[in-house]
Formats: sequence, C-alpha cells, structure tokens
Amino acid sequence: MNQSNDIEALRARLDGTRGREYWRSLEAVAETPEFKEFLHREFPSNASEWLDPVGRRSFLKLMGASLSLAGVSACTRQPIEEIVPYVRQPEELVPGKPLFYATAMPFAGSALGLLVESHEGRPTKIEGNPDHPSSRGATDIYAQAAILGLYDPDRSQTTTNLGEIKPFSAFVEAARAVVSGQGSKQGGGLRILSETVASPTLAAQIEALLKRFPAAKWVQWEPVGRHNAREGSRLAFGEYVEPQYAIEKADVILSLDSDFMCAGPAGVRHSRAFASRRRAETGTARNRLYAVESTPTNTGTRADHRLPLKPSEIDGFARALAAQLGVEGVTAGTVSDAARKWLGPLAKDLQGARGRGVVIVGEGQPAAVHAIGHAINAALGNVGETVTYTQTPEAAPSDQRAGLRELVGEMNAGKVDFLLVLGGNPVYTAPSDLQFGAALHKVKLRAHVGLYEDETAALCQWHIPEAHFLEMWGDARSDDGTVTIVQPLIAPLYNGKSLVEVMAAFSEAGARAGYDLVREHWAAQTGLSTEAVAPAPAPQPAATAPGAPAAPAGVAAAPSQPLSPFDREWRRWLHDGLVPNTAFAPKPVTLQAGFAKAAAPAGQGLEVVFRPDPSVYDGRFANNGWLQELPKALTKLTWDNAALIAPATADRLGLFKGEADEAFASKAPVVELKKGDRTLRVPVWLVPGQAPDTLTLHLGYGRERAGRTGTGTGFNVNVLRTWDSQDVVNGVELVATGDTYQLASTQDHWSLEGRNLVRVATAAEFAADPGFADKRELVADRALTMYKSDWKYEGYAWGMAIDQNVCNGCNACVVACQAENNVPVVGKSQVLNGREMHWLRVDRYFTGELDNPDTYHQPMPCQQCEGAPCEVVCPVAATTHSDEGLNDMVYNRCVGTRYCSNNCPYKVRRFNFLLYQDFDTPSLKLMRNPDVTVRSRGVMEKCTYCVQRINQARVTAKLDDRQIRDGEVVTACQAACPTDAIVFGNINDPESRVAKLKKSPLNYALLAELNTRPRTTYMAVVRNPNVELEPPSASHAEGEEGH
Amino acid sequence: MSHETTTPTLHGLMAEFDNPTALVEATNRARLQGYRQMDAYSPIPIEELNDALGLRRTRLPRLVLLGGMLGGLGGFSLEYWASTIAYPFNIGGRPLNSWPQFIPVTFETTVLGAALSCFIGMWALNKLPMPYHPVFNVPAFERASSDRFFLCIEATDPQFDPQTTRAFLEGLHPVGVSDVEP
Amino acid sequence: MAAKEHVQDPAEAALLQRTPAVIAPGHTFESVTDSIAGVVLTKRTTLGWFFGFALAFSLLMLLNLTIGKLLMEGIGIWGNNVPVGWAFDIINFVWWIGIGHAGTLISAILLLFRQQWRTSINRFAEAMTLFAVACAAMFPLLHTGRPWLAVYWLFPYPNSMGLWPQFRSPLIWDVFAVSTYGTVSALFWFTGLVPDMATLRDKATSPVAKRIFGMVALGWRGSARHWQRYEMAYLLLAGISTPLVLSVHSVVSFDFAVSVLPGWHATIFPPYFVAGAIYSGFAMVMTLAIPLRKFYGLEDFITMRHIHNMTKVMLATGMIVAYGYANEAFFAWYSANPYEGYMMLNRMTGPYAFFYWSLIAINAAMIQLFWFRSVRDNIPLLFVLSLLVNVGMWLERFIIIVTSLHRDFLPSSWDMYAPTRWDFAMFAGTIGLFFSLFFLFVRFVPAIAIFEMRTIVPEAKLKEHHG
Repeated sequence: MNQSNDIEALRARLDGTRGREYWRSLEAVAETPEFKEFLHREFPSNASEWLDPVGRRSFLKLMGASLSLAGVSACTRQPIEEIVPYVRQPEELVPGKPLFYATAMPFAGSALGLLVESHEGRPTKIEGNPDHPSSRGATDIYAQAAILGLYDPDRSQTTTNLGEIKPFSAFVEAARAVVSGQGSKQGGGLRILSETVASPTLAAQIEALLKRFPAAKWVQWEPVGRHNAREGSRLAFGEYVEPQYAIEKADVILSLDSDFMCAGPAGVRHSRAFASRRRAETGTARNRLYAVESTPTNTGTRADHRLPLKPSEIDGFARALAAQLGVEGVTAGTVSDAARKWLGPLAKDLQGARGRGVVIVGEGQPAAVHAIGHAINAALGNVGETVTYTQTPEAAPSDQRAGLRELVGEMNAGKVDFLLVLGGNPVYTAPSDLQFGAALHKVKLRAHVGLYEDETAALCQWHIPEAHFLEMWGDARSDDGTVTIVQPLIAPLYNGKSLVEVMAAFSEAGARAGYDLVREHWAAQTGLSTEAVAPAPAPQPAATAPGAPAAPAGVAAAPSQPLSPFDREWRRWLHDGLVPNTAFAPKPVTLQAGFAKAAAPAGQGLEVVFRPDPSVYDGRFANNGWLQELPKALTKLTWDNAALIAPATADRLGLFKGEADEAFASKAPVVELKKGDRTLRVPVWLVPGQAPDTLTLHLGYGRERAGRTGTGTGFNVNVLRTWDSQDVVNGVELVATGDTYQLASTQDHWSLEGRNLVRVATAAEFAADPGFADKRELVADRALTMYKSDWKYEGYAWGMAIDQNVCNGCNACVVACQAENNVPVVGKSQVLNGREMHWLRVDRYFTGELDNPDTYHQPMPCQQCEGAPCEVVCPVAATTHSDEGLNDMVYNRCVGTRYCSNNCPYKVRRFNFLLYQDFDTPSLKLMRNPDVTVRSRGVMEKCTYCVQRINQARVTAKLDDRQIRDGEVVTACQAACPTDAIVFGNINDPESRVAKLKKSPLNYALLAELNTRPRTTYMAVVRNPNVELEPPSASHAEGEEGH
Repeated sequence: MSHETTTPTLHGLMAEFDNPTALVEATNRARLQGYRQMDAYSPIPIEELNDALGLRRTRLPRLVLLGGMLGGLGGFSLEYWASTIAYPFNIGGRPLNSWPQFIPVTFETTVLGAALSCFIGMWALNKLPMPYHPVFNVPAFERASSDRFFLCIEATDPQFDPQTTRAFLEGLHPVGVSDVEP
Repeated sequence: MAAKEHVQDPAEAALLQRTPAVIAPGHTFESVTDSIAGVVLTKRTTLGWFFGFALAFSLLMLLNLTIGKLLMEGIGIWGNNVPVGWAFDIINFVWWIGIGHAGTLISAILLLFRQQWRTSINRFAEAMTLFAVACAAMFPLLHTGRPWLAVYWLFPYPNSMGLWPQFRSPLIWDVFAVSTYGTVSALFWFTGLVPDMATLRDKATSPVAKRIFGMVALGWRGSARHWQRYEMAYLLLAGISTPLVLSVHSVVSFDFAVSVLPGWHATIFPPYFVAGAIYSGFAMVMTLAIPLRKFYGLEDFITMRHIHNMTKVMLATGMIVAYGYANEAFFAWYSANPYEGYMMLNRMTGPYAFFYWSLIAINAAMIQLFWFRSVRDNIPLLFVLSLLVNVGMWLERFIIIVTSLHRDFLPSSWDMYAPTRWDFAMFAGTIGLFFSLFFLFVRFVPAIAIFEMRTIVPEAKLKEHHG
C-alpha cells in the first residue's frame, strides 16, 4: 500500500543521515499499530490525515525531519569529544592507564557497590567494590552487563511529546503547569508510580512533594519485589523489617524455596558468605545446606540435600517442621511421604545447631511461610546470631501489590489527572488482569521516565530518557543499609535525566542539576556546612585505582583551595564508594501472635510458578545482548524462556515420546496453558529436579517494544499472571499443541556419560580416602610422552585453580569475560548452530536420579595446556606457547583452519564464522576494552587468562622494580566471582594461593590422561550430607561416575 | 670431406619401412656397412634399435637420484632452519627440532626434486622442444607418428655418398627412399 | 617397452586364459591410430557432448556463485560449528583426493608390474586424477576463514615478520603432499601425451589444429635416441609416483590420525585410507570408462578384461577398507578407552547411525557381489555399483569426520551438525568442475594413449629373423 511506501520513502531519506541507529527505534514506533491507534486517540485533528494520503505524507515528512534531527543531534553529542578535552589534559589521566571510580548500581530496591574502570573517560568494565559490604569486590551478571546497557544504541535519545522531539525545559514547563493546576485540589489528581526506591534523596524529594500535596499519592511497584518477605515480616513482627542473614556463621542452613545466593544484589554477599564455609581450604568447618524448592535454583545446586516440593506443599512442610521444632502458634500441616522422611533428621540437625543455623524463605512463598521462617529462627535462638533484623533498605516499604491495584482503580475511575511513571514499565509488568494499559488511557496527562521507549512510553504523551546510573549523580542504599553516592563515569550519552532531576522539576525550586540536589540532601543529613564549596563536581577515583585521587574525565583537576567540612566528607564518600556508618543497626523485634493463621491456598492440578528470568530479570534487561545470550544456569537456554517441567511429569503428560535426553535437543514441543479464559502458548523444557506437576515460567520475555535486541524474544507469561496469583497459579490446564519451537540451548547434553570429569565424594569418604580424586584418573602414568620436552618455565608460570565446591553457576564470570574481552553477541540462530562465542562457559552436569539429581557447575575457560594439542596442528603458528606457559592466540596470523578447535579436547576455542563484531555502531565502539583486540571474521579466538591484565601488572611491577605479587593479577572471571571459586596466580611461587590449592589432595586436571598438562585444574567436590538422610555407601559414590 | 662439400644441400637419405622388423633389420645392416651418423624413426619405441644404433645408456637415472637427494636435503634443512634457527617457538611443548614430524615434508620434497629433474632432464637431453628438423621435409614422414618406420643416414656420415648410400638403402627393400632437404 | 615383451596373439590369449584380451583382434597400427585420433580430429561434435558439457558447465557456474558468496560472507554460510569445525569441506577434500589416486596408481604401479591392460585406461585415468586433485585442492584453501591469507601463508615462504609455516602441522604436510602430487601427476600425464600430440599434428588437416598440436608436440619425431630416454624417464616417473601415491593419502590420513580425537587418533588410518583411495579411484574410473567406451565406440580398446580387472581391484581394496572398519570397532572395544568405546557406540547407535550402516552396507556388504563373474559381466549393474561405491566412500569420510567431532570428550560441548544448501552447492559445483574439464578432455585430447596402444597390436611384435 502507499502508506507503507511513504514509510519506505522516509526510510530512504533517513538512511543518508548520520546516526542511523538512533532514529531506527523511533521509526519502528511509527510503524507499530499501537502507535497508529495512539495517534488516532491523541490527535483527533490529525486522525483524518491518515485517511488522506497527501496529509499523511506531510505528517510523515514532519516526523521524518524530527527523527533525522534526533539522529543528528545525538551524533553531535559524541561523548568522546565532550568529556576528555585533551587540550588541557587532567593531570592524573594517563592515556592507556585506566582509572577506577567507585559508584553503585541501584537495582530492585537495593544497590550493589561497584568500582568502574574508565579508559580515557569511557567506562569499559565494572568490578565490585572491595570496601563495600554488599559486594566485597564481587558482582552479579546484572552489574557486569550494565556496561552494555549504558552504550545500548536503542536507549531512548530525547525527550518527546507525542513522538515529537522537545527540550527537557518544555517538560519542566508542563510539570509546572500540572503542579499549579493541582494546587487547588491538594494534588488529588497527582500520582507518582515508581519502582522500589532505595535512594534517600529521591525518596526525600517525593515525600516533600507529598507534603505539599497531601492528596497526591506515591505508589511503588516491582513485578518481582520482596512483597511476600515484607508482608511476612509484618505478619511476624507487626512492622516492615529486613532480615539480615549472617550465613558465614551458620553450620546448618535450610532454604525454603529461596535462591538466596543468586536472587537480587544480596545474592553476591550471601554467595561469598556461604562459600567461606565450603571451599577446598575450608577443611572440616563445612556447613550443610538443605534446600526445599519447587524449581531448581543455583542455591539448590549446592545443597547437600535437596527436596523438590510443589510450591503449595512448602507451606505444609514449613508448618510441619515448625511443629516438630515446637514453635508455638503453628500446627503441623499435611506433608508428602518424601518430605516426612526429612522432617526428623532435619529438625534434629537444626536443633543440634541452635544459634548456628538459619532458615531462609524464598520470595515466592506466601507471607505466612516467611513468618513461620522467622518464628523457627527465633525458636532456634538464631536471631541475633545468624539472623538479625533491621529497617528495610527501601525508603518507604509498603504493600506494593495493593497499592498498584488501588492506583489502577483510581485511574479507571478517572480520578487521576497526571501520572508520572518514574522508571519501570508497568504496562508490560503489571498483572494482566489489571489491564494497566487500558487504565492508562483514562489518565489525562501521563509522563514516562525510562531508559527505553518501551511499552509504557508508547502510551504516555511525555517520554523523558532516563540517565543510566553510570551517567548520573544519585545515591542508593544496599540491602544492609549502607549508602553509596552514585557518581557519573561519563556525561549522559543521550541527554538523559536522572530521576532525581526529573522530580526536581516538580519542586518549588524547579529543575536543578542532580549533583547539587544530591549534595544538598546529604549536606542537610550531615548538618555540615558547605561553605567554600569547590567549584566543580569532582568524583574521586577509588582507593584501589592506580595513582592518586584523580579528577573525573573531562573535568578540571580537583581545586587545591581549602575544602568545606562537608566537602572533606563528601570527597571521602566518593573515593571509598560508601558513606560510613550508614549500615543499619539491628533492631529488636517481637513475634506477634497469629502470624501463621493464613494458610497458603491448597494446590490443585498443575501449579505454575512465576520467577524473574535468570538473565533478563523482569524484562528490564531484555535489550541487553550479553544477558539475552547468557546461558541460563540450569537450562542453558538463551534468547528465550520456556515452561520448565520435570521429565517425569512431561512423560506423564505424554509431551516427550522416547528418551528424555533427545528432548534436550533444540526442538521443544509447544503447549497451551489454560487458566480460566487466559491461555498461553509456550514451549516446554525438561529440567531434572523440577518438582512434579509444577511448571516454572520466567518473566521478562515477549517484550513488544524492548529494542532491536529484545523485541519479540521469548514468550510473555504475564498473560497468565493475575493480581491475586503473582507467585503461583494453581490448577492450570496443559494442552499439547503438537507444534514445536526451536529453543537455543548451549548445552544439549547433560549427563557425564560415566566420565571422570566431575569428581565427588562425601565428607566421610574424603576423610577415609583423601586421594580419591587422583584415584579416578584413567591413566596412572601421565608422563608418557614421545619426546622429553625441553621446555622449562622459570620466572612466572601462570595457572588457575577452580573450586567446584563453591561454584553455584551464577554466570557472573561469563558476562565479566564477555565485557573484558570484547566478546561479540551472535544471536539466536547462530547459537542454535553451536556458534556462541563465550570464551568462558559454565558446564552443567546432572548426576544421580533424574527426578532429583545432583547438579554440578564446571567453569570451562581455556585450560592453557603445556602440551597444547591445538598448537601442534596449527599450520601457520597462529597459536603458540609463551614463556610463562600461556597458550597465546595470534589473531592477525590466524587463517582459520579450525583444526585447533577440532583438536581441543575441551572445545574452548571459538571461531568467527561470520562477521559477528559490530564495527559500525558508534556507541559500541566506545564500549570496547582498548587493551583487547576486536576480532574480525574468519579468525579463531579463546580465553587468554586475561593476558592484558597480566601485562598491566607486569608494567606496574617493572616500574617499581619488583616481582608481580600474588593476587596482583586478577582475571576478569576471578574478579567477578562472588564465591571466589576461581583462583589465579603464579604456580612457580610456592606461597601463592593457586600453588597451595594445586597441592590440595582435591586438585585434579581434566582429561589428564591425554597428557595435555593443563594449567587450569579443578578442586574435586566434597559433599557434606547428613548421614541420617544419606547413609554411607551412598548412591553418590557412583553418582558422579555418571549413571 | 670432399663429398660433404659437394652435397651441402642434403641432410641425408631416408628409407621408409612398413613394419618394425624391417626397420631393425635395415638398421643392423647399415651399421654393418659401417654407417654411424644415422637415426631411426618409429611410431613406437623399439628397444632393439638401441643396440642397432649403438646407443649408450642414458645418464638420466643419475640425474634423478641427484635431484631427489637435493630435494630431500633442501626440504629437511628448510624445516630445521625455519623452526629452530629462523623463528624458534614453543609449540605445544614439543622440541624445536621435532624431527619425526618433519619427515612427511622431507619425503614430499624428495619426490618433487626427483620428478622435476627427471622431466626437465629428459627433454633437455633430447634437445626438445625443437620446432624445426630436416626430416619433417620428407612428405612421407608424416606417417612416422602413426604406422611407418624410417631409417635416415645423414650426410655428415664419412661413408655417406648420395649414390652408393641410396643404392644401399634401395637394397633393403624399403617402401621408398627419399632425400632429406636440410 | 611393451614392444619388446613377448605378446602372444590376443585372440588366442583370450582363449588360453578365460579372460578377454586387452585389445580386440584384428587391429593394426593404422586402425588403432585412426580410431582413437578420430575422436579428437573429427570436425563434428556430437549433440550428446554439448548436452553433457552444458550440464557440467552450469554446475561449474553454481560453484562460482558459491565461492563468491563464501568470500563475501565467510564460511558461516556452511553448517560447520563448534565442535564440528570440519564437515563437507574436508569430507569433499578427502573424497576428491581419494578419487585422484587411481590415475597415477594405474599408470605407475601397473606399469612397474608390466600390466599391459593399463595402456588403454591410463590416459583418461590420469586426466581424472588431475581434475580430481584440482577439485580437492580447492577445499583446503576455501574452507579457511581467511583464504586470501591462507593462499600464501601455507606455503614455505616467510611473512613480513619473518615467520614461517609451522611444519609440525599435518595441514602443512597436506600442502606439500597435494601440491607435489598435483605437479608430478601433471608432468607424468604430459610426458605420456607428447608422442600422441605428434600423431595428431601429423594427422590433423586444419592448419590451426596442426599448429596447436605441433606446439604441444615439442617437435617430437620419434627418433630412436629420444625413445630411449623417453622410455627411461617414463619408467623413472612411474617409480617415483608409486611411493608418492601411497604417501599422499597417508598424509591426508595424518590430518586425523595425528589429532587426539577418539575416532581420529588411530594407527590403522594410513593403510586404510590408501586402500580406500584406490578403491574409490577405481570406482570413478569405472564410472567414467563405461559411458566413454559406449559413446565413443572404444569397446575394442577398453575391453571386458579391463572391466574385470578393475572390479577385482575394487573388490580387493574394498575388503581392506572393510577390514579397517572392523579394526576400528575392535580397538574401540579392546583399548578399553571409554572415549573410544563411546565413539564407536555413537557411530553405530547415535544420531548418525543411519549413515554408518549404509556405509557398511555398501563398502562391506555390497562389494561382495564382485566375487561373481555374472556381476562382473553385467556392465549396467557395474555402472550402478561403481556409483554406489563413490557414495559409500563419501559416507565413510562423513562418518569419520562428523561423528568423531560432534561428540568428543566433554559431553557439555556435544552438538549436532547439519549441512546448509551452500554445502551442497559447493559439492555439486566441484562435480561440475570435474566433468566440465573431463568433457573438454575427451573432445580435445586422445582419451587413450595411442602410441602405447600401438605397442600392443600384433604388428608391433618383431618377427624372428636369421642373420
């Protein structure tokens, strides 16, 4: 039709303009039906234009012009020019030498303390802040992927009103108009919908506004927030409190459907705490973890005992356990036989560890179970020992679910004149039965602040691009209360505004710079005077950064004149990355009666569990290619979500004819899930260890306006998610459709095939036979070789030891590696063809019985073999051995015969079958690590032990004329690892940690029988089972041998 | 000598036979007559002619042996030099001089050297390619490459005399005898 | 050579040993020369030739298209992946190079063994070798990620950094083996061609043809002195080529045997690859010879004797190949190596089991038919069988390469391989190249060595003479 012709014409015209990638998303808007009907609604005047071609053409011209402008304007703001004016080079900024700045990533009502590596003013890599309690130097996948989030070319670029570019000032005007308009009715028509706010400044601003307009309302909404935990704490103690777990102190841990190691930023802290009692060095002080869960979690994979229960059964189990432990106010519920067997030994174990045990309840469980959990901890005297209670990190805890429903009610009733959506994407995330989108149309004026022009933005007249946290001034509390000042690493790429700045537009003072707002807030908090304030905002490099405190990229060096008392503090906060003494003090709590009244709804039929996606969370990361392509820890799926189901259940429902293993190949059957009038078509995926008759659906997929990467991936499971069943839906009807769907999984095969790759023993077996790991070797004499090799490695000999005891498969290392080494994203079709490029992968193996297997994670970087099979077969010497034992890859010499990959027994080599790197998108050029070659088509690549980091350390060491110290070279994967499972160093130095680990009896090399003599070795797993549940001579002895 | 100068216009005399036996016989007879400067032409190789014409064994085999040895030596020394002297590398922990892995290439270069010297040597010794040769002036010689056999006594032979030699050739019952223009 | 050797009258020879003669009775120098040279010198080209050539040529154009796309987009257009880094590319390479073995083998080894039946098939068998090597050589180059560099980095020539090839790599051995093989076969072929070119020069009527043939003939005039050295050179080349033929496919087998992969790392590979090469080579000669003798009426020269002998060679080499399969399976079990064991199990029962069993059906079971004279006499059947043998040998390479790669040591990296349409296009394209060259060959070059045929007609035999 000629309408589409116009759009073609528009495309053609715009193609010439610079910054193509910028207008594309907008242009996409112009094409989507939503946008067209939206136009009809929004401009009755223009609606006719769509019927009359001439008018429509002129309209599109208009839009086209503005769109191209968007591109151009974005280009003129190339940050590279803007923020590093080498005309006057900041003194500490040495080209080629990265600086590190401390900041924090606000995330889901909490925050993670970070150090961000900046090259010539470009943030390129994120590390954890060692001084920050929430991180202790480690990170999670979301923090690692934030770099790509910052440079994402699909982020919204400019403030728009009805799709037209407007200056931010125009929005400020509109805001003022609204405010003055609301003056009369106390702001009765004024509503603010935000995500959970953990920023003291922002919270203060909103409170201030609410003070001015008592009738206005502030609603917070997180699709996967800590709702049940909050309500649970209120049930138990009558107030919102945050349980703080000291897992490192616990000998016995019971997780009730909780993924405490990988859910949310607290996971990093918990992982490390758990690992501190589990690593090869730990010795006999091993803790013991029981996991009762409906769907396998990373936490569950590290459990010594794991019990799959339907979500509805866990309530009963908790009550039965509480009763067994003699917790008053709880009466035993009904439990399955499998569960009953557990109760005795478990209760005994917990009682045996009074004050040294802890029970942790998962977000997915109803409030009552949380309350029971608190009660059990209290009864066992764990409170004050392994668990303490503090105020919540979120500024204004509330019943968000009720709040949202109320808001929607008001919107439908037309009570809302102005709705300000501060971040988040409620149109997509709100429970489907609330019809949030429809309700939104009833609001007269609506504004959306967000990183993307997403589903919500499309339905709001105003859209304000949100500043990425690496671009803004702000503050955030981590879950223990510690406050971090969020400082920008780079000027906003796309003119984004921080939430604080947006809120300021509604204050009396009007729009202000975020820097001033945050400083003022904290000046007020500390009461210190800000006299003689230094002129320029001056973020400080963190302590660990090489060199003295440096000026921020592009801003003049710190002024030398005397600082005000506040500034002295402020500078220290920025430098350390946290505000001292802001961690919450434990507060006494008293158990309320009747906390356990509300029993969970009895489950019937198939139960469907909703969980945030392990990769894209609630959908906010849907456009992040690194996360999309990140193999999910347990399913190894990429680019999609699926209905996870237990093999037994799948067989019973006749979903898989024949061997279950086949089903792991990429053709997955599509089923239709029915609940009432809601139906969802989704492929199913087998997950050993999933509870029977339980389906797990991951949120965050099926986005319609996520961006070029995220749009259209996976399935939107919100369809089934109603307000009253946001965690679990009961009695879902499953109908096989007979269709199949291609799911891209990076590991189709999940059994060890009886091979000695993962070596496991129980604590008892290990004590009896410390050398068990070596005994499983295939060939006794590894020294068999054709020639006596004459290569000695004096000086440094780099090596790695990976502790499988603690690795929980959180994947942080994988994303870290991708960020550090400029590893490209290849897309679903290429993953389907087995061409993913990850230099480091985490292999996942199941052993034992299919319904409740043991799961092991095996991080697999290049093994850096001393007798490398890959090197010998390369015809052009493109891969050779360095004198420090690194298996070097020479990209510009590689002709791409792929023989090395064929001959690599570990298959860690990756080949650029096509041109996978994006050499065109400007913002992605800024993102890349300048120390690592960007590989092009036709060459092989692989893990280098982060050789660029080794060389950095070598330079520093040489400069002050000394050896590289142990722990001075930290590989990207090692740095990111929350469990500290990866240890790297010089194996020639007997004092180095890696050398010590390699002396451990648990140390073994993979496929040693091939005489590859790998530099990377693994620590055999020692499980710590409860002998009452698992008598010695347990099945596990042959368990890890495979079948 | 004298007649040579008197008959400069002649390359030789050529007798044509229709079967190999006749040719071999004729050649033997000519040799017995004392003719030396002569050559036989046939569409197929006939080893008997070698003795009849008193040809020596060819030097080709020694040439080939030499070529082969040079090839092999060159091959291995290239490998040795390139991987231990020119640009030494630690390749998979193998010794710089991994001689067992150098053998295949050494073998191939040996064969190549031998084959090339054989090919080039043979044509060189035969002084081919040679586009022009007097024998082609004999019209009947066209069939030398299909089914006729020729004996050519050249004018350079001391005993050569146009008349007597022709008479001698006639006596061999050839299909015909013809002059060979130079 | 053969002239001296005592040839009894073919007709009676046929009666004596129940085998047909290598040349039909009643042929003379002239008849042999004319009937073979006629094929080339005739003015009119048959319609069948045009049709066949057009077909082959269109496939050749498909090859160009594929190579173009390959260079533009990279080998990602194929199905290769990690772990299956090699697939159709190397399968086809080994397949073609294998086919290329019969030619030299026939001309060299049979020559050394004084097998005069070789004379009527060696010419086009050698041509086949050259064309097959041309097809084969294309893959090692084009399967690389950056062919424009591989072109010269693989040859012993230092790059700008003074860096040489890595001589421990079997791929470098390949480069030397294949290029040497190509060169030597070409020299051998050309040497054999010269006397026939002289014949064509003298027989040709059109001046243009005369000139062209004349140039190629290098002024050959059949002088006894020349013949002496010529015979010696031919013999020497044969002697040189014989170990070469054996070495080339041994080296190709090293590509696999030298690696660590279960299913590749096997000492049986060299002999069993060489046997396989001869086996597939003869199959291809058969596939070409049967139509050739039919359409150009060369039944007199490519007689049943040849067909029988080739069949017998295929039977023998085929049995060696089958032994290779048995041997692999035996060692998988006997070595008690879990990886080897699984590899064999996976071949027999895994996702690619169908191909493994069809391979066994052809290369182990089907060839037993060759025991029967009735089968050896049945030309159409033999044609079909020879085609099947080619298929079987292609499958063998598929099994060796793909099933070994797709499931090796770590189950985590196991994956499946599926070819794309470009994989097939490339394969079909090389077949097009092969036949285009072959059609040109039969039209412009005598497909049978005329002068060697002359040596075996009765006339060539010297009569007893006294004094």
